[in-house]
Amino acid sequence: MQATDPRLTRAASSQALHAKTRFWAVISVLSNVAGNSALTHGMQQLSHVGNTPLALIAALFHPWVALGVALLIVWTFAHMALLSWADLSYVMPVTAIGYVVTAFAGKFFLGEIVSPARWAGIVLITAGVTLVGRTAPASPLDGNPQ
Amino acid sequence: MKWILVVMCILATTVGDVFRSLGMRHHGEIRDFRPGAIGAMLAAIARNWMVIVSTCAMAVSFFSFMKLVSIAPMTFAVPMSAATFIPETLLARFFLRENVDWRRWTGIGLIVVGVVFIAQ
Repeated sequence: MQATDPRLTRAASSQALHAKTRFWAVISVLSNVAGNSALTHGMQQLSHVGNTPLALIAALFHPWVALGVALLIVWTFAHMALLSWADLSYVMPVTAIGYVVTAFAGKFFLGEIVSPARWAGIVLITAGVTLVGRTAPASPLDGNPQ
Repeated sequence: MKWILVVMCILATTVGDVFRSLGMRHHGEIRDFRPGAIGAMLAAIARNWMVIVSTCAMAVSFFSFMKLVSIAPMTFAVPMSAATFIPETLLARFFLRENVDWRRWTGIGLIVVGVVFIAQ
């Protein structure tokens, strides 16, 4: 029990990193999809928003827009946390599952019809995300034997 | 106007993501998620020039995307947002020196084609 096999320690820490990465990827995707939806909903209600910076700042006080911005702040934090340990070429494709979440949200909440082309897109994106998700989240650092 | 916004959005997102990755890698892995530790982390990265460049680029990207969806349909804007995957992957490989193996290249290729289909 005392003598820990270094290979086991490495396997356990890699599993912990995968779990931590998955957790923050889920937070990142959900806050991004919900934030963009709330923002779009709010901006559509405010169809008369002008182009001046003052008009855009005033729009931030609309409840839906404010909710969207708050959720996008959560997204920014989750995305930064992920990038503090995981590769950009891992985080970017894995969080692309958000396109699939958006399509399903449209189907279930807005009653949109998912066409065969959209189903094909959902299958392709899911396959791509699964493939990238099987790689190690972080590249070994230079000079760091792994 | 539409294409100017597309180019602005792709460039700003790419610069934002690459600098965010650089800055956060420089900061190091976040391990402590208690509110006090998060506050200290935010204070530290607010002085990190790479994170500042990234935040400015993300602001440009955010407003150009908002403007884009107001003049172009989502079926155009969504695949355009996925166009950043190509320059970002190239920069991740050759500038950030990440280990982009065949699974990542194939996965990213499938996602880009998938996003074009999903926007139909």
